[in-house]
Formats: sequence, structure tokens, C-alpha cells
Amino acid sequence: MNNSNTLVQLVNVEQRYSSGRRTFTAVENVNFTMAEGEFVALLGPSGCGKSTLLRIITGLQKPSGGRVLYRGQPLTGVNPHATIVFQTFALFPWFSVLENVEIALKARGLPPAVRLPRAMELIDRVGLDGFESAYPRELSGGMRQKVGFARAMAVEPELLCLDEPFSALDVLSAESLRSELIELWLEGKIPTKAILMVTHNIEEAIMLAGRIIVMDKGPGRIVADLSVDLPYPRQRNTPAFTALVDRVYALLAGQTQAEHIELGSAPGEPGTTRPLPQVSINNLTGLLEYLSEQEKGHADIYRLPERLGVDSDELLRLIEAAELLGFVHVSQGDVALTPLGDTFADASILARKNIFAVRIRRLPIFKWLITLLRASESRSLGWDVVRAALELEFPPDEAERQLDTIVDWGRYAEVLAYDDDKALITLEPEAGVLEKTGT
Amino acid sequence: MPQRLTFGMPSSRRFGYGDLFVLLAIAGVLYLGLRFALTAPDEVRGPEIRLTWTALPGYAALSIGRMAAAYALSFLFTIVYGYVAAYNRRAEMVMMPLLDVLQSVPILSFLPVVLLSLSALLPEGVAAEFAAIVLIFTSQVWNMTFAWYQALTTISKDLREASAIFRFNRWLRLKWLELPFGAISLIWNSMMSWAGGWFFLMAAESYTVGERDFRLPGLGSFLQAAAGQGDLQALLLGIGALVLVVVALDQLVWRPLLAWADRFKLEMVEDQAPPTSWFYDLLSDSRLIQRLGASLAEWNERLDAWLIHRLKPLGMPETQSSQQWTLLSIGVIAALAAAVGYGGLLAGRMLLEVTPAQWLELGVGLGATFLRVVIAMAIALAWTIPVGVAIGSNQRLARWLQPVVQIAASVPATALFPAFLLIFLNLPNGLNIAAIVLMLTGTQWYLLFNVIAGALAIPQDLKHTAALLHLKPLARWRILTLPALFPYIVTGAITASGGAWNASIVAEYTEFGGQVRSVTGIGATISHATASGQYALLLAATLAMILAVIAINRLLWRRLYVLAEERFRME
Repeated sequence: MNNSNTLVQLVNVEQRYSSGRRTFTAVENVNFTMAEGEFVALLGPSGCGKSTLLRIITGLQKPSGGRVLYRGQPLTGVNPHATIVFQTFALFPWFSVLENVEIALKARGLPPAVRLPRAMELIDRVGLDGFESAYPRELSGGMRQKVGFARAMAVEPELLCLDEPFSALDVLSAESLRSELIELWLEGKIPTKAILMVTHNIEEAIMLAGRIIVMDKGPGRIVADLSVDLPYPRQRNTPAFTALVDRVYALLAGQTQAEHIELGSAPGEPGTTRPLPQVSINNLTGLLEYLSEQEKGHADIYRLPERLGVDSDELLRLIEAAELLGFVHVSQGDVALTPLGDTFADASILARKNIFAVRIRRLPIFKWLITLLRASESRSLGWDVVRAALELEFPPDEAERQLDTIVDWGRYAEVLAYDDDKALITLEPEAGVLEKTGT
Repeated sequence: MPQRLTFGMPSSRRFGYGDLFVLLAIAGVLYLGLRFALTAPDEVRGPEIRLTWTALPGYAALSIGRMAAAYALSFLFTIVYGYVAAYNRRAEMVMMPLLDVLQSVPILSFLPVVLLSLSALLPEGVAAEFAAIVLIFTSQVWNMTFAWYQALTTISKDLREASAIFRFNRWLRLKWLELPFGAISLIWNSMMSWAGGWFFLMAAESYTVGERDFRLPGLGSFLQAAAGQGDLQALLLGIGALVLVVVALDQLVWRPLLAWADRFKLEMVEDQAPPTSWFYDLLSDSRLIQRLGASLAEWNERLDAWLIHRLKPLGMPETQSSQQWTLLSIGVIAALAAAVGYGGLLAGRMLLEVTPAQWLELGVGLGATFLRVVIAMAIALAWTIPVGVAIGSNQRLARWLQPVVQIAASVPATALFPAFLLIFLNLPNGLNIAAIVLMLTGTQWYLLFNVIAGALAIPQDLKHTAALLHLKPLARWRILTLPALFPYIVTGAITASGGAWNASIVAEYTEFGGQVRSVTGIGATISHATASGQYALLLAATLAMILAVIAINRLLWRRLYVLAEERFRME
């Protein structure tokens, strides 16, 4: 494996962190190598640890286990041969465009006579000449990211890392920036030896990369390593392209499993508790309604982002939620409404709430919470109490998010009530049991 | 000025061992000071104050000099202390509680102890000079340090990562990331510290107790002497000079700084009305300054180049467990704990000397001062809320009145105190009235500023909604105005209450025209004890006042603040 053109090599890399007595795994058992000339995309849903991996590769973060080699040498500290283009641009707001690019060179000890022309040239190359003296706040998102690219490329890194570089941009800016990047890369206008791009956008990965490493969450791990042999410039609507998109969606959306596997176990019990995907009920209903309008309630997942106007990350979460509730069935990159899902889509607002309530009562995490609430005298528990209990199963911020989702779903289904002033979660009287409660 | 003015936000931290440690340390330090005070000279002769207008520029220069020295000290302390606290987890565990307590302590209560101990250690004039600077320093530094610490700990992760990936070393990180990030908050807090510093300078310059005359030649003692001799002309002259100095510094130093620092704002949108300064525009157009700038840039380049070769690039700041306990750090902490424990013990032993009758006097004094503070706050709230809302909801009035309010607020209350004495002392209960008026003058401006800012910040759509609903005036206040103002009122009141307690030291015991006057109060107790050399009582009274103020902060203000942040924030 130690070819002279191997740049990065990860061996059994894992990242764990502890909260209280529990240890959580962000990334485990990651092995891959990256060679000169490669454009690799790290693709996966949010929370799969792909950004963590990027930070490990650049040396910003030390993995808790495994080895990181750069050109065969163990990496210590920040990798001097790598730079990052950040999702949030990370430009210094108090420096002008020119200064933002220049300081990267100055920090490496280059004298003004060398760094000034080079900074000007890079700004020129990304098409920002005329804006040298502008401050980042005067620029649009797309232009800011161009500064980000100019800064990262100015120091002539061997490894250029892109951390979701287009996801904070509007659709058109992202599209034009992507094609400019691929042009620079293909024509060898930049001295970069390899590019590593982190993204959750499936089409983006297939548009740009020569190789896609697909990651999945819970815990974060590599599930596939695909090479993309399509010629540039790539066309979205060619059969080869869509076939690949379909394949990746199939990988990430998975396959609907037997019910007990889908549902997982309750917090505190053996087995893993399935985290609820964070989705809004409105969007979920929208997805089901769309499906019910399709022939046989059936759709290719990869076609949905464009039709529904959501990005792939959110779509996968929506499908996961619908699958968990038994509204859809997923198989080989296709999604189909179940009879229950069809009934839900056609039902009135109140009937929908009833169906939803019945479905969430089957989820182990809801069963667990309802049991807890019943056991308490006032049928209510403080937010902090429940969150602390969830923290036995999830890391603190994930526990908070889970509880947010639980309360959101529970309120919609009128299974739970929540009083924000007192931070109190209360069990609503069950439907059919007509009891009036005082305040 | 649509932002809230505040000295030090109460944090949501709970009372912990750190606080106990800090309180013991304060007691220990006070005790140490008083041990020195035992050998303090019984008589201290003050300077001769000349009441002519030709003497004024000299006095003004001396006062500004003290302020500048204290500010320079504060700035240095701020940068170092905040930096250490932000990057060293273990130091942070002690340093942040210390900061939290110290910024809520009534600093003026330290004045007698500081003066007595320093006058035992240093020659006469020097001691008072030193004490004034130390006092101003302790009044200025905490909120600046807190602001700097907060800036350092809130630098966004992406900027930190960019600094690491682009190989900044410690110097570059400070210069390109940390200082720019904290610049605006540091400047605002410096301005407030500077304004607050005048209050303490005036008090320190004119402090005399018993046979000890600790006055210093300066504007504070000038005003006091003028009032003491009933020289109305000199009094007006002095106040005029003070206002002139304050306004000139604002126009020539702080406004230009603010205008310059606009580039450091973090918002990624263009500002509608950036701060401007005629003096800054003048300076940036000047050829001389431009040439100076060019040669400075050259030196700057050389310095950077030198430091880039000397210092290694940094990675990301280390987090939690990666810092190891070393033998040295354990040793330092153990030694500190032992010293503090011992100091606290000695202070405790000294407190045993306080008789039950004196404890009673203390309790009554605390109650009396508390009442005065409450009355002053009530009066301040009663007039600032309606007036502030009136100014704040009328843009034209606001534009016209705000400078006036600012100038009025710029006169430190302690400078006016001699004038109050002159006016009120002959009335029945005169000193009581003067004391409350002093507290009021010290507090009302913070409230007014904040209420105006709050009224300006009420969103237009809510005002329209209130109009559409045809809310009656009373309902409008209850439903819209008061809830919207609540966070602003609380922030203003926190600062105001701190100021009022400070004022009690000066206000409750005074020597005026060669006569000692005092009213019941903790401030008077502190001054009495200083005058009569009852050091155990002085220690007890100072500690009692500190504890009372901390208790009020924790029990009242902190809760209101949390409520304001959680329920009544507009953003």
C-alpha cells in the first residue's frame, strides 16, 4: 500500500468521546487510502462523522484510536500540506478579500514581494479581480466562497479539503462554483495533488468526484467505496448518472427490515435505541401526500429531491421517519406507500392525528416515556428529568434533539402536552377516555 | 444607542466552592491590609488645594493622569488574565468565580482598607496616589476582563479551525483573530469602565477621615474644597472643567476608536448607521498620520516576520481531559488553598473581637443603607421609565435629547456630592436627603440609557399590532411596553444597584466645612471604624457589605436576569 503516490492512509481510525460515564462512538473502524490525482467525496447523512473524519485527516483533531499516515509518515499536529475550504467560509470579517488570502501566505513566512502577486493572481483566477479591497460582508455567499477557495489554494496545498463547500450557497451560485472548481482541477491550473470533499449531497458527489466513499451513521462508518467512471462534464440526466444516484440512494435509504429490527429497543434496555429522525410533521405529511398521487404510491427515491424541493439529506430523514412509522416500505432505492400510509394521506386532519398517535405509541422510545409519565403522580415530568434519562442512551446534544422531536411528534398526536414556562412534559388523557382535567 | 449598557452580566453559575474560596481570599486580603494598617500614621496631612481657575488645568491633568495609569493597568491585566482563564481549564476554575464575585463587590468599600494599609507601607503622598490608582483599577478591570474572556471563549469554531489550518502562531492568533474578535466589546467596556472610573477617582481624591486627610490634588479635591468653603464660583468652574474633560476625551479618544473599530464587527451584513467621528475623519485624512501609518506598517512587517520565524504554528486549543495534572499545578493549588485558609482563619479570629453591640450596629446600618438604596432605585425607576419611553418612542426627540442625557450622565455623581451637601445640609435630615440624591445621581443614568435603548428596540410590527388592537394606554403598557423593556430595565437596575451601594461609602459620613456629619448606615460604620481605628469593626463592616451585595445579586438580580433572558428577549 505504500506506493510513492499514496497521500493519506487511515488505519482502523475511530473517534470516541465520553459524556459522564458513557462513551459514544462518532466514527469506528475507518480504513481507506487516498492517492495523488484522486478527487474523493466522503458522502453520508448528517451525523455520520464525515466532518470528524475530515478534521482527523487534516490533523485538527486527534483520533482516539487508529493511525493516520500522510505520505507514509504518522501525522502529528495540523497537516502542513492540507488546507480546508469551509462550509461557513470562515473568512476573517475584519480583513479585506486581498488580506484574507494574503494572511494565509504571510503566516507561512512569505515576504510581501512574493505573497502579494500570488494573492492577486489567485483572486484573479477565481474571478474576483476588482473586489480585492472589499470586505467579506459586502460579498454574496458565492463570492465569499470564492475567497475561501482562493485562500485555500494560495498556499498550494497537496491536499485540498472541502467541507460541504457548496451547501451554504444558493442553488445557482453552487452550480457555477462547482463547474469552476472542476475546470480548475481538470485543467491542472492548481498545484493540488488531491481533493477530498465532504458532502451530504448525493448528486454533488457524483457530479464532481472520481471516487465516492459512502458513510452511514449509528455509529459512523464506511459502507461503500464506489468509483465514478463518468466522463466530465457530467450530465445529470444521462442514464449512467441516474443509475449511480439510484444506487447510492439505495445504499443510504437501506431496506425496510422486519418490524422488531426497525423499531429497536427502549432506552435503558439492551440493544440499541433507534433515534427518531428529526423531521417536521408538515414535511412528512407532504411526502406521503406526494406519494399517494403517484401510481401505486410508488417512487424512485433519487427523483424525489427535485420534485419535492428538499435536499437529499432531509429526504432520507423523511423516508426514515415514514418507514419507522410504517407508512412506507423501502426497497432497492424505491419507496412505496403501505396501505396504512395511503389511508393516512387520504385522511382528515383529525383522523391523521389519530393514526399518528396509534403509530407513535408503538415506538419503544414513546412506550418508555409514556410508562415513565404514568408512573409519576401528576402524569408529568420535567424536561430536564427526561433528558437526563435519555442521556443514558444518547450523547447530551443528541438527547436534547431527540427530546425535541419526541415532544414535537407527541404534541401533534396529542399524546403529550408541553408547558414551556415550567418545562413540563405531561401525558394527555388517552383518546376515548373522556375525562376533563382541571388546570 | 440600541444596545444595553451593562457592567458584568450575572452568569448563571451556581454558588460553589469557588465562591467560598474567593470570599475567604477577600477576607484574608482585607485582614492582611488591616494588619499593615495597625502601623498607619495617626495623622495624615493633605495637600493645599488652590481654588483659582489657573490651578484647574494642572488639577485636570493630574486627574486624567491617574485615570490613564489605572486604565493602562486594567488593560494589561485584562489581556493576561482573560487569556489565561480562557485557555487554561484549571486556572479558569478559580479565575472565573473570582471575577464573578469581584465584579459585584462594592469596590468603594475597599477604599479605607487600601488607604490605611498603603499609608503604612508608603510615604504619605505616594500612598494616596497609589490607593487612588488601585481603586480605579479595581473598579474598571472586571467587566473588561469578563468581556475579553467572553470574546476568547466565543470565537467561532470555524475561525479557530481556519487559524489552525493556515498555521497561525500564538502572536498571529492574538493579532489576527483574538484581538479583532474582542475589539468592539473591549472598547465598549473600556468606555464604560472609564466613565465609571471617574466616580471612584472623585471619591478617592477627596477622601478624608478623622485626622487622616487622604486628599490628592485633582478635580475631586478641588470640588470638595470649593463646596466646603462655600465658593460657588469655584464649584461651577470645577464642574465645568470636569464636563469639558469628559466630553473632550469622549470626542477625541473614544468616538474615534469606535469609528475605527467598526471594521471589527462580526455581523456579515452592512451596518445602516455605522459609528462616525469627525476627529477620526480628520485624522485619517491627515498626511502626517498617513506617513506615520506607512512607516508603522514597515515595522509591523518586520516584527511579524521575526515572530513568525520564532514561534511555532499552533493547533486547535486543547480541550478538557487532554490537560494533565502536573505536580507543579497541584503544588500551586495546595499552597494557594493553604494561604487562603490561613488568611480566612486569621480574619475570622479578628472578627471575634467585634462585640455583640457592634454586630447589632452593623445589622441596623445594613438595613438603613438597604432602605436608602431601595428608595433611590424606586425614584430612579419612577422617572426614567416614562421619560425613557417618551424619548425612545420619538426618534426626533431621541436624536435631540440623547447627547444632552449623555453629558448629564458623564458627570460622576461623587463630583456633585459636595454641591449636594451645600444645598441640602441645612435642611432637616439633610445628609439623608443628600445621600439618597447622590445614590440617585449615580444610578438613574444607567436606567435611563437602558430604557431608551429598550424603547428604540420595540419592533415596529408589534407597535402597529398594538395600535390595530386599539389597546388603551394602560393595557398597552402592560401588554407591550413593560414586557419589551423588562430585560433592559433589569440590566440597567443591576448596574444601578451596584452604584448605589458604592455611593453609601461617600454619602453616609462626611466632613464638610470642618464638621463631621453622619447618618446611620453601613457606609457610615465603615468610615467611623476607619476614623477611630476600630479595625475589627472595619473588617466586619466591609465584609458584611460585600456579602450583602453579593446576596442581593444572587437572590434577586440573577433570577430576574435569567427570567428576562428566557421570557422577554425579543431576538
